[in-house]
Amino acid sequence: MNSTNGNAGFDARTIDDIVAGVADKPGALMLVLHAVVERVGYIPVEAVPAIARGLNLSRAEVHGVISFYHDFRTERPGRKIIRVCRAESCQAMGAVALATHIKTRLGIDFGQTSANGDFTLEPVYCLGNCACSPAILVGDDLYGRVTPDRFDELLFLVSRAGGSA
Amino acid sequence: MKNSILYVPRDSSAVSLGADAVAEQIRKEASSRKLDIKIVRNGSRGMFSHEPMVEVAIDGGRIAYGPVEVSDVASMFDANFLDGREHRLRLGIADEIPWLKSQTRLTFARAGVTDPLSLDDYLAHGGYRGLARAIELGAAGVVAEITKSGLRGRGGAGFPTGIKWKTAADAAATPKYVVCNADEGDSGTFSDRMVMEGDPFVLIEGMTIAALAIGATQGYIYLRSEYPHALRALTEALETALLKNYLGANVLGTGKSFELEIRLGAGAYICGEETAMLESIEGRRGMVRFKPPIPAIEGLFGKPTLVNNVVSFATVPIVLERGAEFFRNFGAGNSRGTIPFQLAGNAKRPGLIETSMGVTLRELVYEYGGGTASGRPVRAVQVGGPLGSYFTESMLDVAMDFESVAARGGILGHGGVVVFDDTVDMARMARYAMEFCANESCGKCTPCRIGSIRGTEVIDDIINRRKPRENLEVLRDLCDTMKYGSLCALGGLTPLPVLSALKYFPEDFGLAARDVDFIGDDLTISTSGAGNSHAIAQR
Repeated sequence: MNSTNGNAGFDARTIDDIVAGVADKPGALMLVLHAVVERVGYIPVEAVPAIARGLNLSRAEVHGVISFYHDFRTERPGRKIIRVCRAESCQAMGAVALATHIKTRLGIDFGQTSANGDFTLEPVYCLGNCACSPAILVGDDLYGRVTPDRFDELLFLVSRAGGSA
Repeated sequence: MKNSILYVPRDSSAVSLGADAVAEQIRKEASSRKLDIKIVRNGSRGMFSHEPMVEVAIDGGRIAYGPVEVSDVASMFDANFLDGREHRLRLGIADEIPWLKSQTRLTFARAGVTDPLSLDDYLAHGGYRGLARAIELGAAGVVAEITKSGLRGRGGAGFPTGIKWKTAADAAATPKYVVCNADEGDSGTFSDRMVMEGDPFVLIEGMTIAALAIGATQGYIYLRSEYPHALRALTEALETALLKNYLGANVLGTGKSFELEIRLGAGAYICGEETAMLESIEGRRGMVRFKPPIPAIEGLFGKPTLVNNVVSFATVPIVLERGAEFFRNFGAGNSRGTIPFQLAGNAKRPGLIETSMGVTLRELVYEYGGGTASGRPVRAVQVGGPLGSYFTESMLDVAMDFESVAARGGILGHGGVVVFDDTVDMARMARYAMEFCANESCGKCTPCRIGSIRGTEVIDDIINRRKPRENLEVLRDLCDTMKYGSLCALGGLTPLPVLSALKYFPEDFGLAARDVDFIGDDLTISTSGAGNSHAIAQR
């Protein structure tokens, strides 16, 4: 959950700081993982031992939680994550064709990052924007009634604002 | 010079259609014309066919204009819209628009009307009167009132809220927790989101009443990460409530303490299942727990935990404020009160429709929805989210209450209604239901974990005419196993969209009606006449 993905980079101190900030809260692991994603942009595998130690958990437990949730990626994503809704309401309004267009336009499939590192494309199952289907989320910005043309306009604006592509 | 008050929604759906840019353009235009204006970022009234909907307060009401695009703003100023004058986008007095006026807004009385982040506005529009009455009634009185109201959980299962509250109140162990399930993952639903963005204090008030009623001291709102706007609105509302002593160590001087914290999900649909959600809050994989024990007795951190959905909690204040009798006078049969239906998909006028339970699906789809957005015939309507049944056009007279929908083999679920036109391929939708289940299964039970993957393979085989007869038999067995053998509703209900698609749209699978008549009208699979009770045409 981040508008521009954090690029603080990974260092053990960052992890220790994050853990120290929430370690006294019950069920702190989810809080830690969200904070790592917020700060670093993803969860580097090297962070797992520090998280495990800080929360008195096994590495397996930490890894198990990371691998369970779609949001906890272990590779650095593109500068913007584009999430395209694949759920029923959006399908009823052309989401399948929209997803195909977006994949072609970006030259990547779901789960991939564009070669220039600008965009990561992810499927999402409902953004709660069902009355304005089809919907996509670009970073934290929600868009509704997205047609292929509207996506191209958006991509142009987002790329220009991002200073690349 | 007078100071005009304008309303431009901050609701994320309105923003997704350009509301922020419209607000900015209005500011610019007003400033260049040297006009004094104040823009309130209200929630949305839920009439999304006309969002972004701009309202201007004049004597006699708020005049609505919409849908407004940035390019319309200058012409609206030219037409003196600040005085409520005529313009091609003028919709009249907002409260008088038939689409809105015909609704019964109880839970959503303030949505789109107030500034959602202003506690003063909340108080001025009846906010915290429910809590005041709850404090008068005392814990047992509150539980009795909720029970008497007939309120049933709005999250999907429709469990009687009063019974749940009584169970948690009677549990002896401490501390107790109140947990709000805000992991609204069903496609076609957005009422929870609209509460959190458009009237967050009503959720906080409802949870506070619940905490007083069961004796809880800590609350959590488990919010899905797909809702960044709701997170911002809720976070700000929580800070304000804490600052003004509506939360914290001594709630309104009652001597009772109630702390409330947001916990974010991480993109797992299964965490909308209450026990998986509790696991997630505890910092673990969202694996479904065996029940019993039920959460009201042994829930979060092993302690008594009251779990309700956002809309359920948000309905509690009005029940307390107006009384159980007032609430139960709405509704049908054992489905009391109003419910916010959410009309989505291929609907011409989609949005939030709060009305008495028992309204027909046809009224929702045609009278509110105006048919399809594409202008093509309605072919299928899915009720109750991704685990709900598909209905045909000829079945739309079903009354939308828990019992009537169940009698037609469906679930009311969280009140989502998704419309499809005649271009839909129902075999693909059935396959998608299995694929979704496979994607989102927590993996704990085999029927759901393996059954869903096998389901996609078998549907592919049927569609591709690979031994359709044998594979229909396999699909039938598989749905039976998932329905009766799964640990929770994900595996247990995935057969509903699959079997309803198969039963009512067999032609999309390359099958004839007689091929699927083994599926009963209530979508149970007839097991009479052991073996081949159904005749599958040889092709």
